[in-house]
Amino acid sequence: MRKEDLETVIGLEVHVELSTESKAFCRCSTAFGAEPNTQVCPVCLGLPGALPVLNKRVLEYAIKTGLALNCSIASQSKFDRKNYFYPDLPKAYQISQFDQPIAYDGYVDITVDGQARRIGVKRVHMEEDAGKLIHTGDDIATATSSLVDLNRAGVPLIEIVTEPDIRSPEEARLYLTKLKTIIQYLGVSDCKMEEGSLRCDANLSVRPRGSSKLGTKSEIKNMNSFRAVFRGLSFEEERQKEAFLAGEEIVQETRHWDESRGITVGMRSKEEAQDYRYFPDPDLPPLAIDPTWVEDIRADLPELPDVRVARFIKEYGLPDYDAEVLTTSQRVADFYDDCVRLHADPKAVSNWIMSEVLRLLNAEGKELEETPLTPEHVTKVLKLMDEGVISGRIAKDVFEETFHTGRDPEEIVKERGLVQISDEDELGRIVAEVLEANPNVVEDYRNGKDKALGYLIGQVMKATRGKANPQMVNRLFKEKL
Amino acid sequence: MELWDLTVHELSRLLATGEVSAVEVTQAALERAQQVEPAVRAFVTSTADQAVVEANTVDAARARGEQVGPLAGIPMALKDNICTRGVRTTCCSRLLEKFAPSYDATVVRRLQEAGAILMGKTNMDEFAMGSSTENSAFFPTHNPWDLERVPGGSSGGSAAAVAAGEAVFSLGSDTGGSIRQPAAFCSVVGLKPSYGRVSRFGVTAFASSLDQVGPFTKDVTDCALVLNAIAGKDELDPTSVVDTPPDYRQFLGKDIKGLRIGLPREYFAEGIDDEVKEVIMKAVGVLEGLGAVVEETSLPHTEYAPSVYYILAPAEASSNMGRLDGVRYGRRVEAPDVDTLYNRTRSQGFGAEVRRRLMIGTYALSAGNYEVFYQKAQQVRTLIVRDFEQAFTQYDVLLTPTSPTTPFKIGEKIDDPLQMYLSDICTIPVNLAGIPGLSLPCGFSQGLPVGMQLLAKPFAESTLLQVAYAFEQNTDYHKQRPQVTVGGESNA
Ligand SMILES: [Zn+2]
Repeated sequence: MRKEDLETVIGLEVHVELSTESKAFCRCSTAFGAEPNTQVCPVCLGLPGALPVLNKRVLEYAIKTGLALNCSIASQSKFDRKNYFYPDLPKAYQISQFDQPIAYDGYVDITVDGQARRIGVKRVHMEEDAGKLIHTGDDIATATSSLVDLNRAGVPLIEIVTEPDIRSPEEARLYLTKLKTIIQYLGVSDCKMEEGSLRCDANLSVRPRGSSKLGTKSEIKNMNSFRAVFRGLSFEEERQKEAFLAGEEIVQETRHWDESRGITVGMRSKEEAQDYRYFPDPDLPPLAIDPTWVEDIRADLPELPDVRVARFIKEYGLPDYDAEVLTTSQRVADFYDDCVRLHADPKAVSNWIMSEVLRLLNAEGKELEETPLTPEHVTKVLKLMDEGVISGRIAKDVFEETFHTGRDPEEIVKERGLVQISDEDELGRIVAEVLEANPNVVEDYRNGKDKALGYLIGQVMKATRGKANPQMVNRLFKEKL
Repeated sequence: MELWDLTVHELSRLLATGEVSAVEVTQAALERAQQVEPAVRAFVTSTADQAVVEANTVDAARARGEQVGPLAGIPMALKDNICTRGVRTTCCSRLLEKFAPSYDATVVRRLQEAGAILMGKTNMDEFAMGSSTENSAFFPTHNPWDLERVPGGSSGGSAAAVAAGEAVFSLGSDTGGSIRQPAAFCSVVGLKPSYGRVSRFGVTAFASSLDQVGPFTKDVTDCALVLNAIAGKDELDPTSVVDTPPDYRQFLGKDIKGLRIGLPREYFAEGIDDEVKEVIMKAVGVLEGLGAVVEETSLPHTEYAPSVYYILAPAEASSNMGRLDGVRYGRRVEAPDVDTLYNRTRSQGFGAEVRRRLMIGTYALSAGNYEVFYQKAQQVRTLIVRDFEQAFTQYDVLLTPTSPTTPFKIGEKIDDPLQMYLSDICTIPVNLAGIPGLSLPCGFSQGLPVGMQLLAKPFAESTLLQVAYAFEQNTDYHKQRPQVTVGGESNA
C-alpha cells in the first residue's frame, strides 16, 4: 500500500465568539481589550448564590447561525454543566449544551477544484467562554505564579461541529473560509482569529481508500489561523499516513500544533482522562423554542453567500469565478451591487473591483469599510475611461489616490491635467517627431521586429507623460509606417 | 409581656401607633439575645451596631411622617448562607469563615426595603448539609426547649433565634426539610414555599433544583406577612416564577369547612414515633372539629424519596460547590501547584459531612454511574411528583408529621449519618415535588415540641396559611414559650 491509497478523514469543531454586547448569562460587557477583571460581576465571578440568566440575544444568534447552516432547530433544548477544575473557570463548570444542541443536521457547500462538495454540520450548540490565565515568567513550565483575568469568562460562544466529511487540509481551509463568510454575513460574530473570536480544533484520521470504517483519530488543538489549520492538518495527515504504512499503532490523543516548529506534539495522557460529569443545569429552565420566532428569524436572514453568487451569475452575467470572489465579503458584495446600480457594465465593474479594489485592500491590510472609498468613486473612474478622458494607466493612478484620500477622481484628473490627449493633430506631430528621432528603430520595425513599435509608442507616452490616447497613437504609427 | 416576646403583627401595631420605637424593639431583642445567647448560641455573627443605626433610621422616617415598609423596625435574623453585603456570610464553613459578599441576596434586599432590621446571621449545618446544626464548623446550637437537645437543621440557628425571642422572625433555607424540621423542633411556624415562589439569588446553592428560602415566625399571621415581603419574580433568578403572588393576609380567617385533608399512610408508618403520631392525630381532630373532611390516602412512592434525594442533592451540590476552590475568595491552603492547592483547600476547608456528600455526588455523576444513579433518580423523582399530583386531585391539603421524632440529644446521631438522614423522611419528598410545605406547632410529647406538616399543590401557599391559621385560632401551642435556662436559672 502507498500513501495515495490512504484517505484522510477530518472533522472540525469551530468555536465562534458571538458579538453580543453583554455576556451570555450576566450583563457584563464583552468589549475586547479592557483592563483585566473590570468586566465582571458576581455571576461571571462564580460568587456564592449568583445565578445565570440567559441573554436572549445569544439564543437568537445561535438559531440564526443554525438556520444559515441549513440546520434543523430544536424545539426543546437545554443547558448542561461541564464540570472540571481550572483556575480560569470560576464556577468549576462551564455552561454548555450536551445532548440537546440548539441546532443540528445541517450542511455547508464548498467548491473544491471546481467540484461541489457538501460538508455535513452535525450540531451547533451554545456555551460560555472561560477566563484567561497570564503566567509570570516565560512559559507555563517555568512560571512562578499565574494571574487570572475573568473579563472573558461568560462571553457567549457557539460551537459548530462538522460530520467527518472533510477529506483534505485544503477542504478544511475552504470550509473554514466559507463558514467565516456565512457568519460574517449574519453579523453574529466578527470572526477575528487573532482576537480568539474564531477558534478551530480538528479531528483527523486516515484509512485505506474505500474503507467505510473510521481510523483512530487524533484531536489537534492550538491552530490559531487558517494557515495554521492548513499546515497543522497537512503535518498530521503525513504523520499518520507514514505511521499507518509503517504498521505503527495510531493512538487516540490530543496533539498540540506547534507553529514555530511546524509539528504537532502529543499531550500527556493525564489531561485527556477527563470525566466532565455532564448533567442538566438546574439553574436554567429548559428552553422551549417558539417556532414562530424561528420563522421570524429565518425571514430576517440576510442574502447568504450561495444565494448571492447565484444571483450575481444570473442577474449580472458574471463568470462563476467573479461571483465567488466578489461575495467572499458581504461588504464587497454590497459595494459591487451599489456600483452596478450606477454603471451599465457589470463585468467592467467586477474587473475593476477584483483587480484594483481588492489589490489595494490586500496591500494595505484593510477592510473596505476602513477606507473612504464609495461606489461613485469606482463608477466615475470607469466613466472617465469609457469616455476616453483618461487612459487605463492614468485611471489606476487616479484611483489609488482616491482610495487613500477619498478625493473625487474627476477633480484629481482636472487638477493634475491628466486629461488624455486625443487631438489627432497634436499627436500626429509628436509621432512624426519620434519617427524622425529614431530612424534605426523604424528600420528594425520595417525588418519585421514587432517589438520596435512598442518602443516607439513608449516614446510618445514619455513625451506626453502618459496622457496620449494609446489607440490613437497606435493607429497613427501604423498609418505612417 | 416583654417586647421581645411579641409577634411581627403585634409589634407593627405598637410601632405604628408610636407606643414603642424601633430602637426600643431592637434594644429589647438585643438584650434578650445577650441574656440567652450564651445558652442557645443561635448566632454566628451579630450585627447589633448596624441594627441600632437602622432602627434609628426607621424611627426618624416615621417621625417625618414618611411611609415606612410593612416590616419597618422589626428585628430579623438570617441564616448564614444568605448573602448580606459587607456582612460575612460563612455558610458555617471554615472555607468561607471570612467571606463578606459584595452583594445582597434578593430576599435580603426585599426585607430591607420592607424595613426589617438585621440582628445577625444564624448558625447552620455547614453548607446546609445536616439535620441538627451540629455540622456547623463553629459550634452547635442548643434547642431553647431543652438545651441538651438539637434545634434541628440545617436552619437550626434561625429556628432557635425566633423560639428564644432573639429575633421576631428569621429566614432559613430548605433543601430537604431544613426549615420545617427545625421549626417543628423549636415549636415555631416554618414555611418552605413552592419551588420558584421566592428568589434564590444570593442564597448559596446546595441543590439548585430543591432549594427554597422561607420564613420562621411565631405564628401564621407573621408567616403570611414575611412571605408577602419575599415572594415574587426576580429577574436575577430564572427559576423564580412570573406570576404575581397574592397578599397572603387575605387567606387568614377563611373558613375550612368542607376542605378536604388527606393523611398519606406512608407518613404514619413504621419509623414514626408513636407519641408523635398521637399528637398529630389529636391535631387532626381539631381540624375535623372545624369542618374539614379528613381521609387516609396514599403516596405510594414515598419510600424511594430518601434514596432519590441522597443522589440528586449531593450530585447538584458536587457541581455547585466546585467554585469553592480557594482561587478567587474564601480560605486557600497554599500549595506548590494548583491541583494540590485544590486538594488541600477543599479537604481542609470542608467538614466531614460536606466531604461525604461531595464524594457521593461526584460518584453519582461520573461516567458509567450517571445512568444508574442520577438519571434513575430523576425518573423516580417524576413518580414522586405524580403521586402528589394525583393526591391533589382529591385533597386540598395533605397532613403529616414534620419529623418522625421530637428533638434528639446533641451528639445522639452525629456518628450515624443514616439515622440522621432519616430525620428528614417526612420533608424530603416535598422538595422533590417542588410543592409548598408548612410546619406548625401542634402539641408536645414529654415536654418536647411536635410539628405538623401541611402540604398543598404548587403555589397554593394560600391554602396552607388558611388551614394553619384556622388551627392556630383554636389552639394555643403557638403562644407557649420555652423557659431558657441560663447558668442554672430559667429566663422566661
Ligand atoms: Zn458578569
